[in-house]
This record gives sequence, structure tokens and C-alpha cells, in this order.
Amino acid sequence: MKLLFDFGRYFILMRRSFGKAEKFSIYRSRIFEEINNLGIGSLGIVGIISVFIGAVITIQSAFNFENPLVPIYAVGVAVRDSMILEFSPAIISLILAGKIGSSIASEIGTMRITEQIDALEIMGINSASYLIRPKIIACILFSPVLLIFSMFLGIFGGYVFGIMSGVVTNYEYVIGITYNFRPYNIIYSLLKAAVFAFIFASVPAYHGYYTRGGSLEVGKASTKGVVYSCILILAFDLILTQLLLA
Amino acid sequence: MIDIKNISKSFADRLILNNISFNFEKGKTNVIIGESGSGKTVLLRCMVGLNEIDTGDVLYDGRNFYDLKFKDKKEIRKEIGMLFQGGALFDSKNVEENVVFPLSMFTDLSESEKRDRANFCLQRVNLFNSNKLYPSELSGGMKKRVAIARAIAMQPKYLFCDEPNSGLDPKTSIVIDNLINEITEEYDITTIVITHDMNSVIEIGDNIMFINKGENWWQGSKEEILKTENKEVQDFVYATKFMKNLRTKF
Repeated sequence: MKLLFDFGRYFILMRRSFGKAEKFSIYRSRIFEEINNLGIGSLGIVGIISVFIGAVITIQSAFNFENPLVPIYAVGVAVRDSMILEFSPAIISLILAGKIGSSIASEIGTMRITEQIDALEIMGINSASYLIRPKIIACILFSPVLLIFSMFLGIFGGYVFGIMSGVVTNYEYVIGITYNFRPYNIIYSLLKAAVFAFIFASVPAYHGYYTRGGSLEVGKASTKGVVYSCILILAFDLILTQLLLA
Repeated sequence: MIDIKNISKSFADRLILNNISFNFEKGKTNVIIGESGSGKTVLLRCMVGLNEIDTGDVLYDGRNFYDLKFKDKKEIRKEIGMLFQGGALFDSKNVEENVVFPLSMFTDLSESEKRDRANFCLQRVNLFNSNKLYPSELSGGMKKRVAIARAIAMQPKYLFCDEPNSGLDPKTSIVIDNLINEITEEYDITTIVITHDMNSVIEIGDNIMFINKGENWWQGSKEEILKTENKEVQDFVYATKFMKNLRTKF
């Protein structure tokens, strides 16, 4: 019953969030603000994680491809496909759900308990639209940038650590990452990343928006927002993979 | 003028407000008093639509708030200024941006006109050279003054103040009380103040409503409240030693 209640209230909130904007110019500047806060602020962590994931896939693949029938350039193929198909869209989104999701839930939750949301409502402003919509749009707009950035650094990280550790040569790795490349995979990945961005922006926003009580509840809302976002990202990962690749 | 008629409000099975009616007069500081938990803040939130009422009417100069469409409710809200207990200033904006905010949302004023209006409001509440400070850098009294400046930026017709002097020292409390009173008279607006501070009641209360157990228990002027024979009101008014000593003079 509680699940159904939350489900219905979430959709009502989303409808309110995408209702008529009070002033377009304000919303446009809010979107750029959020791109700066949420998107550009995440480049660092996405970069670091992607490089190390790429490096680890390279070493693990080389370790597992001991059979002489498997060519060494398969390491490059494995890194490219793992990064493009799964790690960059899904794993990075899970990490961003933790970073961005908790930030959104705690920011909106704190605004709720300190009556800042009430202050917006009293002024006649649609608080859901003013607070939530720019965050969702910013996350969706910036997700392709983060995704491409992550793919590039993951493959680059694999290349650097592969060469440094001697498990693959420069020539074999480049052959591997260009071998039988399907551009559709990038589109599939971009689509997944956009859906995941919507989830990790909107679900924590929902939990933050309906926070009641004090600082303890803000913490709980933040945790709930992250946990539910992660579960939904994994569920949608499965659904989208089945729909788009199978 | 704001009229409330037969307002009732419950949370789950708990009745918070029971059939409350009152007339808040224009150009006067109307004060709602009562013990903690008596329903004062809930009444205020019901009046501005932050909580839905179960039954009753709230009339803003004859316009029944709860009968209006969403769009028309928003128009009434633009005529409302509200001072929240904690100030409710936007943490991410500095003092000037907080005051400019409603102007940016609802007017087509140029940047310099908005800044001039914000400076005028900030000077009106005696805040100088604080425009670039953030809420976390302000004292409690300064926060309240910025909140008042923000509330009057749009030249409201109705001003709601939820415990404007809670957490403030007596001297700053009087400054805030006087400010509310002056603004009410100057702009000829309907002001409603919630408080349980008797000093404030005596200082600014033109029209007083005492809420007890969610009911409109007593109403009158500040002169009348000091002489009332109503036991619950007496217990509230003369709760402190200072007020008991004062009572001997009447």
C-alpha cells in the first residue's frame, strides 16, 4: 500500500515539476547553475573511476585470455564493449546516484525543514517546478557529456595500464578497440544514461521534497533516495538491455 | 481585511482547530496568541493554504481562497508577504538576492530597478552594508529583518508573521515588533502576527485573538486583555512574575 502511495505521489510530483514555468529566463539560468553544480562537479570522480575501471578490465581480460586461440587484441574489444555497453552508463550512473542523488535529496530536504519551500509556495511559485525540474533537465542534458568522457577515459586508462604492465601492445590494443565496432552501441548507451539520469535526479528529489521532521529525517531521505535510485537503475538496466539489445 | 469563518482542521483523528472565526482588520496589527501546541501556526498555515482546511472559509477582501482556482490562488499569494519563524531565507542566495528574488520571478523590472527596490527595502528594515552577506553569516535579528525586507519587496496587501521574535533578545525583539507595526501603518496592510510573547502583544497588538485547545477562546484589544476575567487568558497573560506585578496596577 505504501509503495502504491509513493508511486502515485511521485508521478503527481513529476507532473507538477513539469508544469507551466513562472518565468522561462529564470529556469534557463537555473538549468545552467545545476549543470555547473551537478554535472561539471562530477567530472573529476567520473574520470578517476573510469580510468581505473578501464585499467582493471584490461588486466583481468588479459589474465583470462590465456588460450592461444584467443587473440590478444580481444583485450581491446573487451575493454571497449564493457565500457560502452555497461560500465560507463550503468556503473557511473550508480556512482552518480550516490554523489548527485544524496546532494539533491539533502538540499531539497533541508529546504523543506527550514521552510524555504513553504516560502516559495507563499510567493506563488511552483516550488516543485522551480527546484526539481532544472535538476532533472541538467542531469539529462549533461549525461551524454559524462558518458562520452567516461568511455574515452576508460578505454584510455585500459590502454595506458595495458602498455605499462605489458599485457598488450599498442598495436593489438588499437586493433581491438576498432575491431567490429557498432555505432549503435553508443546510441544504446546514451539512451540508457539519459533514463538513469532521470532516475537519479527525480527519485532523490521526491524523497527530499516530502521530508518531514528534522535533520535526522533529511539523512534518512537522502539514504532512501540513493537506495531506491540504485535499485531502479539496475531494474531499468535490465529492461532497456532486453528491449534494445536482445 | 481577512475574514476566517468556521475553520476546522484535523490531523488524522486529532482535532487541531475547532470552528474558528475571526476578522483580521486592515491597517492593524492582528495578534494571535496561545500556548505552544494550541494551533496558532496551523491556523496561519491554513490561512495561506500551506495546509488544507477540513471545513470553513478564508476570505481575502471578500475572495474565498479555498473556492478559487489554482491560478487565482497564486494571484492572492503574490499579495501575501510572510515572515517565517526561522526566516526561511534561501541559503544559496545572499541578502540582496533573497530580496530581489520575488521581484525577478514576478516583475519585468530591470536589474538596476530591482537592486534599487531591494536596497530601499533593506534600508527600511535598517540593514546597511549587508547586501553581499549569506544567511549563514547573519545574526538571528538580521535574518528576521532580511525576511521582512523580502516580504515587503512586492508591496504585499497581507503580512503574516510566525513568531517574529522567537530566539531574539528583548531589545532586538522590540526593534522587530516596531518594524512590523510601522510597516503595517505605513503601507496600510492587514498584518497577522503569531506570538506567545506578552511583551509583543502589549507593544503591537491592536486586535488580539486567544486560541486555546484549537478554539477561539477570547478576542479583544490589548487594553481589554489586561483586564479580562477569563481564567485561561489570565493564566496565559499573567504567567510571568513581571506580568503579575504589572497586574496590581490595573
